[in-house]
Amino acid sequence: MKNKKNTNSNSIKKATRRWGFLFLGPVLIAFTIGFIWPFIQGIWLSMCQFRLISDAKFIGFDNYVKVFQDASFRHAFWYTAMFAIVSLVIINVLAFMVAYILTLEIKGSNLFRTVFFMPNLIGGIVLGYIWSMIFDGILGRYQTSILLESKYGFWGLIILMCWQQIGYMMIIYIAGLQNVPGDILEAARIDGATSMQTLFKVTIPNVMSSFTICMFLSLTNGFKLFDQNLALTGGQPFVIQVGGTTIKTTEMLALNIYNTFYSSNTTSQGVAQAKAVVFFVLVAGLGLLQLGYTRKKEVQQ
Amino acid sequence: MSKNTISAANRHKTILSVILAVVSIVYVLPVLAVVINSFKQNTFVKTDTFAIPTGEMSAGFDNFIKGMTFGNYPFMKSVMYSVVITLLSTFLILLCTSMAAWYIARVDSVFCRAIYFLCVFSMVVPFQMVMFTLSKTADKLRLNTPWTIPVVYLGFGAGLAIFMFVGFVKAIPLEIEEAASIDGCGPVRTFFTVVVPMLKPTMVSVGILEIMWVWNDYLLPVLVLDINEYRTIPIHIQYLKGSYGTVDLGATMALILMSIIPVIIFYLACQKHIIKGVAAGAVKG
Repeated sequence: MKNKKNTNSNSIKKATRRWGFLFLGPVLIAFTIGFIWPFIQGIWLSMCQFRLISDAKFIGFDNYVKVFQDASFRHAFWYTAMFAIVSLVIINVLAFMVAYILTLEIKGSNLFRTVFFMPNLIGGIVLGYIWSMIFDGILGRYQTSILLESKYGFWGLIILMCWQQIGYMMIIYIAGLQNVPGDILEAARIDGATSMQTLFKVTIPNVMSSFTICMFLSLTNGFKLFDQNLALTGGQPFVIQVGGTTIKTTEMLALNIYNTFYSSNTTSQGVAQAKAVVFFVLVAGLGLLQLGYTRKKEVQQ
Repeated sequence: MSKNTISAANRHKTILSVILAVVSIVYVLPVLAVVINSFKQNTFVKTDTFAIPTGEMSAGFDNFIKGMTFGNYPFMKSVMYSVVITLLSTFLILLCTSMAAWYIARVDSVFCRAIYFLCVFSMVVPFQMVMFTLSKTADKLRLNTPWTIPVVYLGFGAGLAIFMFVGFVKAIPLEIEEAASIDGCGPVRTFFTVVVPMLKPTMVSVGILEIMWVWNDYLLPVLVLDINEYRTIPIHIQYLKGSYGTVDLGATMALILMSIIPVIIFYLACQKHIIKGVAAGAVKG
């Protein structure tokens, strides 16, 4: 019986295999154009000097040396790291709090959920524009603007990202909280645990996987942020350093890479591509690190 | 349990409800600010951002009329391009990646596993890594129009979609497809008449994620498309801000309002699916 079944599924496999060109072909072609080839070419070009691609000349690791000497890139790195960490903490604490309250079956929780999630559907460019109007409406009363002080730009972007992301993370936390088995909560209650003890000793360890996902997401979201950064401040205010280099004080990594690519400087494309590779290693590495760390914690629970 | 603790718990819940109600109101204020400012004369948007437009501040529907041709580019044209690109890309992604995912999950050869691995890998690669080379490649292959850019979206967005579909296909029991094959159904027919109906819930989730991504995407289309000719809504709005010394804020707010109203209607209409789709896609990198 079992044998017969195997031969049957094997013959299906064989029949399916013949149609590989139809099932896999379109995706393979598009994936090659849209990802595999640009990725390989990108790695190669990070070691070249070029303006277009046809004029690429191999120069080894010079671009990478320039990347780490670039003061604007170093500034963007620290600025982005700060931003990612601060937004990670604030967004996750608030999102978890809201999710926790909403799962207590309070009145109107469906309506609240609808409202909190709504900003998530608005695109980054539009979000940046909306908030720059609001911040300037407030700061204008004190004769200043979000474009004039980098700390306004920083906290402005944090507020914007909270507004956009809390609802998203909240959804993931709600899903996690609803999966906590009711009987262990009941058991904790019968054992006389206070609601705070239940929260920290029972509920939170049981939604650890939601924390994994959310912290991973907000960290990489923070690092990859582009649209909102471009539309809210575009890197302003600019500061000219003693050496003559311009530092765009609120410019994050993704925007720094973009500006290096499309600057008027004819030799910067190679450096920009090298920055992009460093950026990729950073984002991918962070994600893996975070995932590994929280997975380990999950197992211990 | 005493009555007192129950009523205390109820009181707590009521307090929490009230707090969240206040937070909710604060939460919709930015959207409200867009609404009131889209009816306001430009000069008052900066000085009286939070005032209700009455009397001399009111611009009536002028901002909406002005916004239509604002920036020497008809707004309806960018709406049309956004709709075309979003629908075509989503359709193409759903069709091609579901087929590929089914093949990958069922055939499960070394080659298939390699592709699957590449898909997962592509999810952690930030767009900046490939943006320059991708835009040049797309240019060369004439994928720089609204009708051909869906191929680029399929290529760069295939990873997440295939990842989600493969996960779902693996959960479908093989027996149903075997029965179809015994009844003389070939793989192509089996896929479209037996597998696709079962994939529907995942298709809705993936579809919503793709719609949200493509509709709001700015960087990919701005690099790939010829922006003098083709502007999607985000590109149009960014160009109003970027290329104009003094922006007509009132008219811009009218455009923003017009561009978020369909999104909010879409959200309220299929909220359940959207939230489910987002939760399902949360695994992406």
